[in-house]
Amino acid sequence: MYKLWATIQKDIRVLWRDKVGIALMFVMPIILVIVVTSIQNSTFQLVSKNKLSILIQNLDTGKSSTQMVKTINNIGMFKVSVMDKSEKNIADAMPRTDAMLGIVIPANFSAKVAAKSKSVSDNAMASFGLAGDSITKKTVGDVDPLTLYYNPVLQESLRLSVKGALQSALQMVESRETLRTLYFSINEKPLPEKLENDMLNNRTPINEVPVSKDGTKSTPNATQHNVPAWTIFAMFFVIMSLGGSVVKEKVSGSYIRLKTLPTSYHIALISKQVVYLGVTILQAAVIFSIGIWLFPYIGLPALNPPSDLVALILTTIICGWCAVSYAICVGVYSDTQEQSNGFGAVSIVILACVGGLMVPSFAMQGAFKTAADISPMHWCLEAYYTLFLEGGKLKDILNNLIPLLIITLIIQFVTYLGLKRKNLI
Amino acid sequence: MALTDPFAVNITGMGFRYPDNEDVSFSQLDLKIARGERFGLFGPNGAGKTTLMNLMTGVLQVDEGKITLLGNEVCGQKNAVNKLFGFVPQDFSFYQELSPVENLEFFGAWSGLSKKQIKHRTDELLQILGLDDVRDKQVQKFSGGMKRRVNLAIGVIHKPAVLFLDEPTVGVDVQTRHAIIEYLRVLNDSGTTLIYTSHQLNEAEGLCEQVAMIDSGKIIAQGNIDNLLAQHKQESLEALFINLTGKELRD
Repeated sequence: MYKLWATIQKDIRVLWRDKVGIALMFVMPIILVIVVTSIQNSTFQLVSKNKLSILIQNLDTGKSSTQMVKTINNIGMFKVSVMDKSEKNIADAMPRTDAMLGIVIPANFSAKVAAKSKSVSDNAMASFGLAGDSITKKTVGDVDPLTLYYNPVLQESLRLSVKGALQSALQMVESRETLRTLYFSINEKPLPEKLENDMLNNRTPINEVPVSKDGTKSTPNATQHNVPAWTIFAMFFVIMSLGGSVVKEKVSGSYIRLKTLPTSYHIALISKQVVYLGVTILQAAVIFSIGIWLFPYIGLPALNPPSDLVALILTTIICGWCAVSYAICVGVYSDTQEQSNGFGAVSIVILACVGGLMVPSFAMQGAFKTAADISPMHWCLEAYYTLFLEGGKLKDILNNLIPLLIITLIIQFVTYLGLKRKNLI
Repeated sequence: MALTDPFAVNITGMGFRYPDNEDVSFSQLDLKIARGERFGLFGPNGAGKTTLMNLMTGVLQVDEGKITLLGNEVCGQKNAVNKLFGFVPQDFSFYQELSPVENLEFFGAWSGLSKKQIKHRTDELLQILGLDDVRDKQVQKFSGGMKRRVNLAIGVIHKPAVLFLDEPTVGVDVQTRHAIIEYLRVLNDSGTTLIYTSHQLNEAEGLCEQVAMIDSGKIIAQGNIDNLLAQHKQESLEALFINLTGKELRD
């Protein structure tokens, strides 16, 4: 036991004096968590609080196009600017006004909407049996399309929601016109405003309820998503220090001396795992603490810790152990520190990608979905999300922790084979 | 454990070949080193000195034959055999981020010493080797000579019966070399067998009693220095070395 304790002391001292390694393991991930959460928070707010700039060029003079502009304004997600009709190209005007989107309403928009409404109304009257002899069934004509210009930096998902919102506005304008025409055809007087509002604006609301295991209904935010995800990334980032440390020990003379001493090299490996597991737990504690206490001071939502702290600690320990095992494995198979650092950095970015840290794994297709299952980060992330977003308990994450443990044991076995193959044990 | 064996090291019919390097190999090699000797192992670069030392210390495994250390077969008895010898490799084989005290604490524990024994030996060795003033400073800031002394201190912390030294004085100044050689004599006087390689043949001539010269994995001369010089009609070990291995440059 004294040998292990002396080795742990040695590893702590060596680590403590490696200031660059400590900075890489703590400062870099903290900066990453803050930057990514801030950026994602801005995107969240873009949809919920901030408004997207939209430039509208209305080439029409009728009331439907005016109604269309008003309806777009009423959606609430756009900051509307109206462009002069005389300007030739809306695409040129968009950068000048910082607009991400531009809409051109064609010149005959109101007339075409009115004509379409009249056709629909006449057909309806004919179907109801209320039409006079002069009215015959008509073909419903199409309205000339509106043209939506968009800045290519706009994400696909956001562009699709914009398109959906504009379709809804267009539907509203066309329905209003059809309703008015139909009412006039039946009653020969204009549709009363109250009735119009009751029919068009009295929509059934949609309640949004985040699914949770414990019945809480707190809305997920950028912090709840990003802090757990990037904490996992930080834990795997120990490869930059630990992988290099294993290689350094292996290629330096100290390993030769260790091999001639009456102690198994397993002690050195156990010590490294204990010390760096402590580092990963400390990383998680620091990043979670920053999320809970610092984020509100820099304008980000505070991290809401899970109710089951035992499950959180257990997940962190297993995730940390997996990260440490992976770092040692890469160190054992690398011949130089450059190999270890290069492969280590690239491989954890790939594992993070396929593990769902950068793109949600539910959005992945086919082979990538299978790849996600073999990425330890995927199982860590699923466990953390169950705890942080769904209010899950230990029993809810066992199906994530067991695969994570199996992957860790496989990595340990592969490390053992590497040590044997290279005659290191 | 056969601690009564008259030989510190006994190599019989030993064969070894690197899987990826045909240049260095041994076949049917026999070598006996008596207890308490100061034994020098010399040869040109690439002759196989370090490989032979790694085989004697169990860092490499023999393909055939056997090597015993104080009567114990080196292969397969790692923990028992490793307690018997100390090894001072040619490279600085310690943690440069640590101080001499911290290095000795760690390697002392791995050598099987108790905390109390480590403290006692650390104080003693740092005093003897002139490192007491820098005992708590990081080794990476030391001169080459000081690092060599730390390297030596770690190798002898557990008072080994046999001490392997692979070029222990390479790159040090005259004062440090004298200090190291003097300490090695003291160790030998107390019963430690020294097995030593070096390219400093005048230094070796003063230290060693018995020598073996190897080239291309073969022992080309072995015996008492005075007898070898008389036998080959040479005046110095260096002249004997050139006479036996030639003047051709080696890699």
